[in-house]
Amino acid sequence: MARRSVPILRQLLTSPSTNLTPTRSVTYMPRPGDGAPRAVTVIPGDGIGPLVTGAVEHVMAAMHAPVYFERYEVHGDMKRIPQEVIDSIKKNKVCLKGGLATPMGGGVSSLNVQMRRELDLYASLVHCFNLPGLHTKHDNVDIVVIRENTEGEYAGLEHEVVPGVVESLKVITKFCSERIAKYAFEYAYLNNRKKVTAVHKANIMKLADGLFLESCREVATKYPGIKYNEIIVDNCCMQLVSKPEQFDVMVTPNLYGNLVANTAAGIAGGTGVMPGGNVGADHAVFEQGASAGNVGNERQLEQKRANPVALLLSSAMMLRHLQFPSFADRLETAVKRVILDGEYRTKDLGGTSTTQEVVDAVIAAID
Amino acid sequence: MATQLLRRRASQILSNANPNPSSPLSLARSFSSATGPIRATLFPGDGIGPEIADSVKQVFKAAEVPIEWEEHYVGDQIDPRTQSFLTWESLESVRRNGVGLKGPMATPIGKGHRSLNLTLRKELSLYANVRPCNSLPGYKTRYDDVNLITIRENTEGEYSGLEHQVVRGVVESLKIITRQASLRVAEYAFHYAKTHGRERVSAIHKANIMQKTDGLFLKCCREVAEKYPEITYEEVVIDNCCMMLVKNPALFDVLVMPNLYGDIISDLCAGLIGGLGLTPSCNIGEGGIALAEAVHGSAPDIAGKNLANPTALLLSAVTMLRHLKLHDKADRIQNAILTTIAGGKYRTADLGGSSKTTEFTEAICNHL
Repeated sequence: MARRSVPILRQLLTSPSTNLTPTRSVTYMPRPGDGAPRAVTVIPGDGIGPLVTGAVEHVMAAMHAPVYFERYEVHGDMKRIPQEVIDSIKKNKVCLKGGLATPMGGGVSSLNVQMRRELDLYASLVHCFNLPGLHTKHDNVDIVVIRENTEGEYAGLEHEVVPGVVESLKVITKFCSERIAKYAFEYAYLNNRKKVTAVHKANIMKLADGLFLESCREVATKYPGIKYNEIIVDNCCMQLVSKPEQFDVMVTPNLYGNLVANTAAGIAGGTGVMPGGNVGADHAVFEQGASAGNVGNERQLEQKRANPVALLLSSAMMLRHLQFPSFADRLETAVKRVILDGEYRTKDLGGTSTTQEVVDAVIAAID
Repeated sequence: MATQLLRRRASQILSNANPNPSSPLSLARSFSSATGPIRATLFPGDGIGPEIADSVKQVFKAAEVPIEWEEHYVGDQIDPRTQSFLTWESLESVRRNGVGLKGPMATPIGKGHRSLNLTLRKELSLYANVRPCNSLPGYKTRYDDVNLITIRENTEGEYSGLEHQVVRGVVESLKIITRQASLRVAEYAFHYAKTHGRERVSAIHKANIMQKTDGLFLKCCREVAEKYPEITYEEVVIDNCCMMLVKNPALFDVLVMPNLYGDIISDLCAGLIGGLGLTPSCNIGEGGIALAEAVHGSAPDIAGKNLANPTALLLSAVTMLRHLKLHDKADRIQNAILTTIAGGKYRTADLGGSSKTTEFTEAICNHL
């Protein structure tokens, strides 16, 4: 009997970090020719953007992932995104982006918003979850915020009625509300998520948010296996800081989505580690999930201490989107192992490493 | 007749000393120099309202606060002069007294009348909602160092209620920002910061996207900031603000915001300290009117059972006292409340204890 229990004992005594080794239980059968390298447009952007996109390129090269990058320079103070960049994204269908700074009140519409509208990237997704090993005030957080990306309060339709009185239009259409609701439920269905929560303020904005809710309810009836509920946005923020474990997938209009995504990112570990992206019917742009509107400060740039984890996890999402699941799993496991070990962490996670040190650690952890 | 002459002379002196009777500072000053008790309107409200209002009255009596309450109840018929269930007399009483305390009011269902909160807001021109959010020592939440005040513009912005359907399936909602309302709330925010010894005022906005509307709000805040050089002024984008609040709320001091952001951020801050059952709130109106209120619901399921937590209404009453410049009484009552909660022995059911409302109130009176 002692002999029979030896393998069990051996399994029990193995250290917990080996739980992160991916087990090859699911066989992925590619089509012949799927391994040909795919082109991905990369936009380094402003601030810490070039640093973190450089980190991703470095890691991809070390992994020999079948992607090659076409780099284009775009900066936040340009009036429009250059046509060649848009054409490249339309050709490649996938883009990786660092942050683009938006000048404050300068009369230039944000380039991020422009890009989303031109490429019709109507869903913005942020995955906020507790990384094992990263201690935060809230546990059991695993929230995906899906936010309508094209209309709502960010329509940019403002005018001065008379001097001293300014009006801004918030536009909600059935078409856009329906497609974001469909995307949210489809995401929940394909990723085995159990609940979708719609965030709104329909007690005050009865017609606008009422239309959004109507669309969500209609789509909910088509997915009887997924639970659906609604929550008012101020109550939602209050619940997020006290009981975040009750939320699973959240679908929201544009502005509330911005706030909820940043709040959820803050409670789960900070914007430096949350992956995300924008997706439309034809194209996808992957970037840091919730950037809280900034592109890093000068000091981070000088000392090269920006956190590459968010963009690395987003690039893993990109690899899955490009149908290279094995590479995506390896990258994610490596990043999570580095965070769990705790030795190489940048300043926003409480450590002192530089970006390059974290990248080297991730490359070393890839098996 | 002699007393009548004296009283007239006294009111003459007071009015000469206050050349600008509508500024909040001078009106408050005239309260504390008046002889006799200050009259205040009390709306006990529905559900647990009457119990917690009794709590407040008991604590104030024990602390010997010179306030005489005028109680008004929500009627059961629509008053045509106000288009709601609140009578004209109630509103006049608040206008006359200048201060009020409101318990939770359930919204009556039906058409043909305005909601109670909307009536109060429009008739009394309540333009700023002030919520001091302070962590309660002894009541452990995930955040222990919250010490900030949110000041929210209460009249315009996204909540104007101006929506219409353009064509089928397309709805437009107007967000209105005016210079006048933004200046008013910015003035109040800086005035509050100065009188309460706060060092920093942060304006929360999304002017990188909504450039003209939030841009106007920011311009007005900057103008007012120049008049108060000793107070630091900064501008924070709202998504950055949300993130910083959940990571490190100690970074903020006074926050001033337009309507929608204010709604969300003030509820977020209430969540940081333990929920709406512990958060005080005060609405400031034109002419220095202050209406303190409890922002939680009327909880009809525990009404009348002596289980309600009066903390929110008590702390709101303390905010009202501070508006009246009765700082020593306010401090005494606030310390009594905090000591009772920190003590842990007398806590109501929602804080994890088992005391009744009356026991909790008595414990506070004993701690005075």
